[in-house]
Amino acid sequence: MNKFGFSIAHTRSTDLDTANLGKAEELLQRVPSYKLCIGCGGCTAACTAGLFTDFNIRRIHTQFARGQYKGLDRRLQSCMLCGKCLLVCPRGVNTRALIVEMRRLLNNTDPA
Amino acid sequence: MKYAIIGAGPAGIEAASVLAAHGKEVTLFEKAPSPLKNIADKAFLFPNFAPADEMVQTLDKKLQNELITVLYDTEITDLSRVALTGTVESYGDYAATMPQSSFAIPSEWKLTDAKGHTYFANKVLVTTGYTPFDAHRKEELGYGIYKGIHTSIEMEKMIRHKLFFLMIRRPPRRIVFLQCVGSRDEKSGNHYCSKVCCVTAVKQAIEVKKLLPNTDVFVFYMDLRMWGQGFEEMYRQSQETYGVRFVRGRISEASGTFDGRVQIKAEDTLMGLPMKMTTDLLVLMVGMEASEGTRQIGHSCNICGDYGFIHTIDPHLQDNLTSHKDLYAAGTCKRPMSLTDSVNDARAAALAMLDS
Repeated sequence: MNKFGFSIAHTRSTDLDTANLGKAEELLQRVPSYKLCIGCGGCTAACTAGLFTDFNIRRIHTQFARGQYKGLDRRLQSCMLCGKCLLVCPRGVNTRALIVEMRRLLNNTDPA
Repeated sequence: MKYAIIGAGPAGIEAASVLAAHGKEVTLFEKAPSPLKNIADKAFLFPNFAPADEMVQTLDKKLQNELITVLYDTEITDLSRVALTGTVESYGDYAATMPQSSFAIPSEWKLTDAKGHTYFANKVLVTTGYTPFDAHRKEELGYGIYKGIHTSIEMEKMIRHKLFFLMIRRPPRRIVFLQCVGSRDEKSGNHYCSKVCCVTAVKQAIEVKKLLPNTDVFVFYMDLRMWGQGFEEMYRQSQETYGVRFVRGRISEASGTFDGRVQIKAEDTLMGLPMKMTTDLLVLMVGMEASEGTRQIGHSCNICGDYGFIHTIDPHLQDNLTSHKDLYAAGTCKRPMSLTDSVNDARAAALAMLDS
């Protein structure tokens, strides 16, 4: 078969009808304070790891909540669990627990 | 001294009751056959979830005062200042108090209704109110074109009937609210914020969750302006207790699907990615616009301000005064306002009328 150098481009759009939200729902069960997140980005602004790597915590947990887990596992490794994000969150979200639980859920050994 | 109030909404009735409490005779003009048209269909009021019916009953009771006359089906279409007719005696104290130097010709207000009848009054308060934005004008949002797309006004009626008509078909799996329809929108010609839609969406989302706990509820917003006491707490409660999801982004387009649901497209701006989903119900949070009556009165005596609302002299200290002597304005005929603010404003207007 001839190869024309074309391929099918997949949409970048988030489709909530087909998204796999199982892990996202489980995350809300484990860290209920995450329901209160208003996406202000205070956590990202306070983050030391974010200054030097592509670790953007606000973006990562938003992506997780939309069921887009691809590549998150690697990016989550940059976090040093220092907890500065906890101190700045205006809504009292337990952001450190959020990271630990996201890591657990993305790790295949986790039962969920 | 004769007092006239145009519009028997919450502001008009509240002002009338304050004037009556001070022993003044008041005539209320209402173009509809009954008072309180805009809140009669409401289910609950923010931020305390008080039944709207209670508010309606309380205001209705205030009308049962022998000093207050209400003329229904009477639409005032023209308001003008005319020279005082009749003898000075027939105007009693009013004419006697007028300083002759500043008032060469004693004058009063003439109110003309749609049928051509005329009424006279010494002081007039305009409380002609607002009208909800007509969602048909945002054609891309599919209102009136596809099934399952409703305005917040219709949603409030549905909540009043416990979402009965939704339930008999099949319980919806997902309901989406969209903020700022006809507000903060160049294309609608309205740059202003309608102020009450943010908190109304939060209130309605909570109501939906109370009735249908298993339905996913989303609110799409540009900003959430929780400006009043208790509003931010309601917003928190909607997230924490009821699990309402908030997405920052404006829905650009809504269309019908083959199975009678609604497909929406938006940007999830916190992700920087486009987003789409289907929903059983799309609720458009329509803004407030100056009512037809407000525009008519505004034009007839040249007190029309921005967007057809009534212009007052100063927003801080003379907010009930217009550029005409003895002509006052209160409530949502001036700008979008919550019910609380509107009623407070009416009381302030009544006191301004008594003062001068």
